[in-house]
Amino acid sequence: MQLDKKLIGHTFKPFTTTVEAGKIRLFCKAIGEEDPIYIDEAAAKKAGYRAIPAPPTFLTAVTNDDPDKGGLLRLLNVDIGLILHGEQHYEYLAPVHVGDKITCQQKVVDIYDKKGGALWFVVSETELKDQAGKPVAKAKGITVVRNPDAAKK
Amino acid sequence: MTTAPKFDQLKVGDTLPPLKLAPISRHQLALYCGGSGDHNPIHVDIDFAKKFGFKDVFAHGMLSMAFLGRLVTSWVPQTQLRKLGTRFTSITWIGDTITVSGKVTGKREEGGQKLVDLEVRCTNQNGQDTLQGDATVALN
Repeated sequence: MQLDKKLIGHTFKPFTTTVEAGKIRLFCKAIGEEDPIYIDEAAAKKAGYRAIPAPPTFLTAVTNDDPDKGGLLRLLNVDIGLILHGEQHYEYLAPVHVGDKITCQQKVVDIYDKKGGALWFVVSETELKDQAGKPVAKAKGITVVRNPDAAKK
Repeated sequence: MTTAPKFDQLKVGDTLPPLKLAPISRHQLALYCGGSGDHNPIHVDIDFAKKFGFKDVFAHGMLSMAFLGRLVTSWVPQTQLRKLGTRFTSITWIGDTITVSGKVTGKREEGGQKLVDLEVRCTNQNGQDTLQGDATVALN
């Protein structure tokens, strides 16, 4: 298995998704977050938020809401069982709240291998903008692909 | 509601109150699968995980990164969080008990903001780091 470095620079089709209170509630239940600002609109407003805020890593749920889900793996022609998450970085530029319509656009910025091709690394960046077109966050992720051919040697 | 520490009162080496979490359960991974929209079966379907060479399902890296987020937002209001990043350094298995910790590594002023850099990490019951991350918060 070898990944095609010509895919560096590939830009995915942008998509827009609405931040929903119910999704934040389920996300918070899963991560054990019990601060009422993430669940109760009155508590959020009392704390100075204009609506329920999205927790910091809820942005992963936003970027995962792509109607063309799995696009990166299809582009790379990689089976989902072979990937691991190497790194994730968020830069927060403006708060994201329930009701915001966030547009995400992902781009492949680097592809490289280590250990003689046993592991491949795919670096991608996603820009998130709100309904006014204002950037709210930048995300950078590294997907690690385990080379099944290397494991057989 | 979180009340932030003051910039002037903090010094490099100060630690954040750690979070000690309950053991990771299959139920939690099922909830996170739905809650995060990461539907990779390797985290919830043991047959699938075994087919790809793993002994069992394992936690989403992003679930642990959410714990890093909880650590920081329980210390400063989320509106003051500027950056959060991590490397996923080892796999988190079912039953692992994770401790989330952080400490101040730097203080600086940039663009009119008073910024504090943090080192944050998740560590399992054997003392092994599963996540090694960093965060930047703006304080008054």
